[in-house]
Amino acid sequence: MATEPVTEQTALQGPAAWEEEAEREQVHGLGPWRLGLRRLRRNKVALAFGLLFILLVAACLAAPLWADNVAKTGPNAQHLTDTIRVDGETKNVVGLDGVPIGPQYLKADGKFFLGADRTGRDIMVRLLYGGRNSLLIGVTAALITTLLSILLGVIAGYFRGWSDVGIRALLDIIWSFPVIILGVALGVALALGGVEIGPISISGNSLAIPILIIGFVYIPYMARPVRGQVLSLREKEFVEAARAQGAGPLRIMFTEVVPNLASTILVFFTLLIANAVLLEAALSFLGAGVRPPNPSWGTMIDEGVDRIATAPHLAIVPGVMLVLTVLSLNVFGDGVRDALDPRAKVRLEH
Amino acid sequence: MLRFTVRRLIQMVLVLFAVSVITFLIFNVIPNSDPAVRMAGRQASESTIKAIREEWGFNESLPQQYVTTMKKVFTGDLESQFTQLNVGEEIRKGLPRTLSLAIGAALLWMFVAICLGLYSAVKAGKFADRFLTIVALVGISMPVFWIGALMNHYLGFKLGWFPNGGYVELTEDPVDWAYHLILPWTALAILFIGFYSRVLRSNVLDTINEDYVRTARAKGLGERQIMIRHVLRNSMIPIVTLWGLDFGAVVGGGAILTETVFDLQGVGQYAAEAIGQLDVPPVLATTMFLAFFVVTLNAVVDILYAYLDPRIRLQ
Repeated sequence: MATEPVTEQTALQGPAAWEEEAEREQVHGLGPWRLGLRRLRRNKVALAFGLLFILLVAACLAAPLWADNVAKTGPNAQHLTDTIRVDGETKNVVGLDGVPIGPQYLKADGKFFLGADRTGRDIMVRLLYGGRNSLLIGVTAALITTLLSILLGVIAGYFRGWSDVGIRALLDIIWSFPVIILGVALGVALALGGVEIGPISISGNSLAIPILIIGFVYIPYMARPVRGQVLSLREKEFVEAARAQGAGPLRIMFTEVVPNLASTILVFFTLLIANAVLLEAALSFLGAGVRPPNPSWGTMIDEGVDRIATAPHLAIVPGVMLVLTVLSLNVFGDGVRDALDPRAKVRLEH
Repeated sequence: MLRFTVRRLIQMVLVLFAVSVITFLIFNVIPNSDPAVRMAGRQASESTIKAIREEWGFNESLPQQYVTTMKKVFTGDLESQFTQLNVGEEIRKGLPRTLSLAIGAALLWMFVAICLGLYSAVKAGKFADRFLTIVALVGISMPVFWIGALMNHYLGFKLGWFPNGGYVELTEDPVDWAYHLILPWTALAILFIGFYSRVLRSNVLDTINEDYVRTARAKGLGERQIMIRHVLRNSMIPIVTLWGLDFGAVVGGGAILTETVFDLQGVGQYAAEAIGQLDVPPVLATTMFLAFFVVTLNAVVDILYAYLDPRIRLQ
């Protein structure tokens, strides 16, 4: 499911291509990055969604501010038997029938802004703290995938021969497991007793486990295209020039090949964060991701889906946040790709 | 062609072997605890644990353990540790449900994606295209279990337009079968519609510039005929391959979430529940079954593709 979008190389762009061609001729002397930035600046939709992502991240980073100053409670604090005053009325946070209070917005001085969950925890506070976990997992996992994919892809593509055969076989095997099955299986296996490899020990409910798993399962989706690009880059004249000057393989790989992968890496990184956030939610939904009571958008949706009949806001609120985050990354990532590589595909002749 | 087929099949067997080894390692070696104690469940007596250890060969060498485990998986006498139900039997019961879900959703997403992708390409750069692009991205960005749960609650439970989860056998009542599956099909298809329509759109835009399209236009064919006979047909090739692979991926993994949300009781949900309870025998069997399904289907797709496109064979 959430696997495919990473591999796609579709260019999302319209007839602006000709315009850009014309522009290219006028702006001699500007580097590809400057040109890319210029094109990105013209793509208002992508910029708006990029801004949205930054706002979402900022909101999550500011979670303690909201928790301490507005909601005056923590992400795991339960208010099962508490009452709040709304418009001069006293209300139970969790009703006698077990149904939690819905969104209050500012009626209760910012307490229970988005309502409470079944144990009376403040949804807004959990949403912000959960977002921190979801985003932390997404960004770190994407970083792990990116670094390992570059390493494997560059080695396989540059040296070819046996290292290529070996790495490709490894990638094929990981790839043949459905992402969810592999993620859930590893999630359960690692959470059982935690991980102990030599001096490193990670407890079973640590966030590091979903991070490592998500970082691992997406490797083939990025390493394969990277390898393909390296295969063609290594035949380019500038690599030959470097070789003629006596540069060794390491230097060629990191000063000649990798910089030329930069736009691919940047685009993949953005899209990988989006997919990692989605996978975190799916794993948590199946009970193999973030462990409760740690909040994350995935665990919150999981809890919400169980109670959707009585308190639908429990599922809707974290889901909307998740969709907004993933959508903003997807749109922005597409915009970056179009800006950096307008020739990626599509040319229109009408 | 024969050489390609044989080579691809050998590769498939090697991957299947690797998959079985990895599955074995994930459940028997990676967890930081004694597998026999884990399988015996809580409050198991010392003798039960010992019996399990004997039965599965946990005190022998790892390769020996692997062989014992695989024998158990493939002879089909695995039983759940909790319900004592035969695992092979459960998978057989769940498979038609999973396939019903996957096949229906695959047809739905292909059909809708062709319509939207083609329309988007024809209107490239116009408002309709930009709007559909955003809609497609929204579809890609939604977790299937979330949109599934919302659909089930609002369209099924609140409005009562659709049944609230559950499954009816196709042989029992085909109409009711489809009626129960409409929401799951839609929920599962949304992601792929978003993805496929965009791939198709860009393929169509590529194909439009091919010489044979110009030729067709030059000889005076109508626009509709050009689009369908020449452009769409040729833009479909990469998508059809993708379709085969994604179908495997859906059966092998994507369906888990949809089945769980709509309570369809398919193989995926069985796997998810077994994994949740740490019921090792069904977990081993379902994980391997699903991964095997994907690997085999990938090989079949590759061979078919090579048959259709001779250039592939030479690589």
